[in-house]
Amino acid sequence: MVKNNFLKRINKYILMYLGLAIVFFFILIAIFAPFIATHNPTDINLANVLAEPSKTHFFGTDELGRDVFSRVIYGTRISIFVGFVAVGISVIIGLFFGLVSGYFGGLVDTLIMRFVDIMLCFPAFFLILAVITFLEPSVTNVMVVIGLTSWMGVTRLVRAETLSIKTRDFVTAAKLQNISNVKILVKHILPNVITPVFVAATLGVAGAILTESALSFLGLGVQPPTPSWGNILTAGKDNITFAWWLSVFPGLAIFITVLGYNLLGEGLRDLLDPKISKK
Amino acid sequence: MLPLLIGITLISFAVIHLTPGDPTQLMTSMNPNASSEVSERLIKLYHLDKPIHIQYWEWLKNIAVLDFGESFALDGQSVMEKIKHRIPYTIYLNIMSMILIFIIALPLGILNAYYKDSFFDKTSTVFVFIGFAVPTFWLALLCMYFFGIKLGWLPISGLMSYNFENMTLLGKIGDIAKHSVLPVGVSVFGSLAGISRYARNSMLDVLNNDYVLAAKARGLPEKTVIFKHALKNALLPIITIIGLSIPGLIGGSVIFESIFSIPGMGQLFYQSVMMRDYPVVMGILVIGAVLTLLGNLIADILYAIVDPRIRYGKK
Repeated sequence: MVKNNFLKRINKYILMYLGLAIVFFFILIAIFAPFIATHNPTDINLANVLAEPSKTHFFGTDELGRDVFSRVIYGTRISIFVGFVAVGISVIIGLFFGLVSGYFGGLVDTLIMRFVDIMLCFPAFFLILAVITFLEPSVTNVMVVIGLTSWMGVTRLVRAETLSIKTRDFVTAAKLQNISNVKILVKHILPNVITPVFVAATLGVAGAILTESALSFLGLGVQPPTPSWGNILTAGKDNITFAWWLSVFPGLAIFITVLGYNLLGEGLRDLLDPKISKK
Repeated sequence: MLPLLIGITLISFAVIHLTPGDPTQLMTSMNPNASSEVSERLIKLYHLDKPIHIQYWEWLKNIAVLDFGESFALDGQSVMEKIKHRIPYTIYLNIMSMILIFIIALPLGILNAYYKDSFFDKTSTVFVFIGFAVPTFWLALLCMYFFGIKLGWLPISGLMSYNFENMTLLGKIGDIAKHSVLPVGVSVFGSLAGISRYARNSMLDVLNNDYVLAAKARGLPEKTVIFKHALKNALLPIITIIGLSIPGLIGGSVIFESIFSIPGMGQLFYQSVMMRDYPVVMGILVIGAVLTLLGNLIADILYAIVDPRIRYGKK
């Protein structure tokens, strides 16, 4: 029995560490991209178009003769950057709304939660595409728009946590000492709600990377020649009958990265919330 | 309902005004070919020369009768006319996906909960993680390549063959079914992981309850306990989750319909976004949100059917 439990525990952590390893691996690739890439990712070579994977071009070349390996390596930068900034935006908005909504309650709470309900009615992808139509597709706009359309989950999470924490004795004690609401929120409640937010943020990065790649795939995200996993796949779709490497490698990169953040997020959730891991 | 509807229109209206400057300026500055005629049409359509509250009121009056103006495309059809032609495809594909998700994910989750920690449960967990991480549009590409091109088993574009008109009724149904396999299959796979996971956790929650233990203690057969006592209660959170997944499904139709060339609302939306056909984009945005609202309403009603506590008023 004891041994069985031990094995289970190891098993659980192995998946989390695997996730962590994947996350770090891709962050390292993003940082050291210029040293890893074998070619300039935007160098066009029309004499060597759609070449199969080989020793000089590990992942082959695309329809303009650009080295797909180098493009995938540089694409890591965009994906991770977009993922982190978009989630940063959604977490900041979600924390603010959630804390205010849960702590003050009343009309403010009703208004914010209604706003959340309304935002959840929009198919997120429709809203993102519509906004991108009115703005211009660019890395900045994609990050901001993904962030602005994905804060609702964090808001609900933080609100629920705040509701339960504000009834605790230490908050009452702080109130009795006439400490200002802002100070109570920041110093006493925020540290207690931040853990589940951290988990949600890790999973959020995975979602943001998926959304960015889908947008770029449709030609409405990162614009060529800047390489992104999504826009390499666009070329993959156009040449699917004779260049499988254009579809397979960038897709694998997205899949493994997203898997990494998901494994890490789920592992952290189990680790940080003993109530759930008992199940 | 009503506050939500008003909220939806307010946010959609805000989207029109998102650009610094108004959409007319953007249109002309981005597209040198856009004539002053186009910007005049935009001004007229959205009453951009009037104060903002009047703009909103005029727009609201129009969408209340589902008048989203005319498309900027050359055919100049009304937006509603265009959407009407496309919407059946999208609704058909999404309903097919929902039914399949329900049929597959629910038993899967329940079995996983029942055989918790077994080999089957663990294999499913791996599958769930894969399902969460695979970009669905990539999966669609791969399936298209493998089943459509390499093996040649399934058609990869459209929802009907060219000779559809000449087929028998049975042939027509078969033809649509064959064309639906890839788009529906990929869409189902994308949602399967999450919902079967929810079903599993929800069932586990319920199985830990005292009344389940009591039912077992009374010597009721396992099957009766699971399907008669536990299942109904486990269904509640799952219905909510399926309701919540509707916007995702509708949003996903943009990707599936453009990959598989299905002439539904998603493809129309994508084409309109690419051509900056503002009236169509706005129309689909509002209609997509309203459809989601309807889906949630249906989920609420189902909820009430399953849970008498809600039907007779929460106390």
